[in-house]
Amino acid sequence: MLSIKNLHVKLEEEDKQILKGVDLEIEPGKVHAIMGPNGSGKSTLSYVLSGRDGYEVTDGNATLDGEDLLEMDPEERAAAGLFLAFQYPVEIPGVGNMTFLRTAVNAQRKSRGEEEMSAGEFLKLVREKAKALKIDADMLKRPVNVGFSGGEKKRNEILQMAMLEPKMCILDETDSGLDVDAMKLVSDGVNALRDAGRSFLVITHYQRLLDHIKPDFVHIMADGRIIKTGGPELALEVENNGYADILGETA
Amino acid sequence: MANPQAKQTLTEARLDGLSMPGGASWAVEARKAALARVRGGGLPTRRDEYWKYTDPSSLTQAVAQRAALFHAGDEMPIFDGLDRLRIVFVDGVFDAEASDDLALDGVEIERLSDALQKDIHWARDLYGMLETRGQTPVSRPLAALNTAFATDGVVIRVTGTPSRPISLTYLHNSETSDAILHHLVRVEQGAEVTILENGPAAARFNKCMEISVADHAGFHHVRAQGRDHERRAATHMFAQLGEESAYKSFTLTANGVMTRNEHVIELTGDNASAHVAGAAMGDGKKAPFHHDDTVFVTHDAVNCESRQVFKKVLRNGAEGVFQGKILVKPGAQKTDGYQISQSLLLDDDSISLAKPELEIYADDVICSHGSTTGAIDETALFYLRSRGVPTEIATDLLVLAFLDEAIQEIADDRLADDIRLRLQQWLERHRQG
Repeated sequence: MLSIKNLHVKLEEEDKQILKGVDLEIEPGKVHAIMGPNGSGKSTLSYVLSGRDGYEVTDGNATLDGEDLLEMDPEERAAAGLFLAFQYPVEIPGVGNMTFLRTAVNAQRKSRGEEEMSAGEFLKLVREKAKALKIDADMLKRPVNVGFSGGEKKRNEILQMAMLEPKMCILDETDSGLDVDAMKLVSDGVNALRDAGRSFLVITHYQRLLDHIKPDFVHIMADGRIIKTGGPELALEVENNGYADILGETA
Repeated sequence: MANPQAKQTLTEARLDGLSMPGGASWAVEARKAALARVRGGGLPTRRDEYWKYTDPSSLTQAVAQRAALFHAGDEMPIFDGLDRLRIVFVDGVFDAEASDDLALDGVEIERLSDALQKDIHWARDLYGMLETRGQTPVSRPLAALNTAFATDGVVIRVTGTPSRPISLTYLHNSETSDAILHHLVRVEQGAEVTILENGPAAARFNKCMEISVADHAGFHHVRAQGRDHERRAATHMFAQLGEESAYKSFTLTANGVMTRNEHVIELTGDNASAHVAGAAMGDGKKAPFHHDDTVFVTHDAVNCESRQVFKKVLRNGAEGVFQGKILVKPGAQKTDGYQISQSLLLDDDSISLAKPELEIYADDVICSHGSTTGAIDETALFYLRSRGVPTEIATDLLVLAFLDEAIQEIADDRLADDIRLRLQQWLERHRQG
């Protein structure tokens, strides 16, 4: 599914190398988690994969089902099946949440040569998905993320994911700013989407999210590289002992 | 550096080509007085402070520049789906054939030239009166020129609440037409009316509307200026508001090589409110675009509210100007004045110039103004694109969202939705790439 090889990335504005050779293979249907201390490059990896401006790839590559992701515009990556749930979802005053969702769904369909969804069909689907995430009609009507609480914003991200049905989902610190109930709701939303054809890359600081979204693999990232890979037990180790031991081992 | 000689030459050259229509003696007096106002200060030049950001030469020169006609294809004209009383002008001349019968409950409508023939007519108390008041503290010679030489127009007296809006449609059929229209609207106590205007009117259009809104009366105005790229227009709306009256005006402008829209509003009755808004879309690709909103709101009563909301989206060298002033006279306590002017520049070639002003002589007032000019929000754009929305559609969504604050000033949802639809269609037609 997602294949990242020797990825080197620096900031465009300053001569600062952030990723220093990331290698990662994600098979269909698998959930990978990336943990790591602040500043290790986790969020940069998610932004580079989704196509945000401001980063320069100096070496290596990333492909989605064999297609070169890094050559595509962000909207092409989305249509190819990549989805990033933002750490800080963006507020867009004046653009209704429904309009936004419908435009996105139909734009992706169109670019894949599929027929656009009718208004009725769309409404039915969005209501059904929203209900599961406890997103009410008012939230759907309001401008995108404007005046939403932290938890509402994250649930809105998952709603978009559910509507767009991507095959490769990246969750960038989706647990940040969530209380226990909201975390459960968001995790349930993610788990409902798990299937044999869909993969997840879950970026998090804390093991507790991984109690809800059970990973197949856990990677530890530090200083722009993946320095250790293991099973779910690795997340527990981090929770109990912090990163110091792992960083020490590999130093 | 003023040059009185050059100004006089310019003014006389323009006046040479015009002849003053006849009429009742009071009307002729009003026109002569207006001519004296034009000659007194002369027509504007770029050297006048009030025209610093907009070159008036094409509006004042003796002969109008040619303007190619715009063909909208099979597009439905704006407001067409709406039940309204339709009054049509072609190149500045009233077209009785194309217009509806000028009869509607709660309102009296006459052609200006007919009203100005009558020795006794209510128009006598309004024609040129608000325009004259509007000449201080800043002179508006193009409006005086209009009063002196206007050849056509309608006078509307509203006594009730007509069931339909009155719509003025200005068709442009001649590439060289030069039209001067003057309308009067008198809304009597407790009455309420909606006036719609649309169309380019002429190659060059000078339009003046004087609006007297009596106590407890309401005036709603929605205008869509014609899309002819080469058309030129100088418009003035002069309004005087009585106690607890409401004035609401919205203008949509897309295309136009030269537009200067002036609003001069005086709140003279307590608890009155005046909202003036505009959304302008300019793309300099096919023809240059220059749009100027000049607004002067005077608070001369207690507890009045005024709002100015102007938004512009500019690209390919388009130019936008905003000059807005709130004047709070001594004694106009509890005034609530708000003014916002925002421009969204979609490239580095476009220009936005803004001159917001407050002048306040009362101590118990709330007045605020803001003016911003900026580019599209890259973070929002990336967010939309990351969901699969192509850059152009994402940009359009953000542009529509930006303009919406002005559109929300339209009280009637059907009209607001019609304006939104027009903007969306304009954006779709002007997609680049």
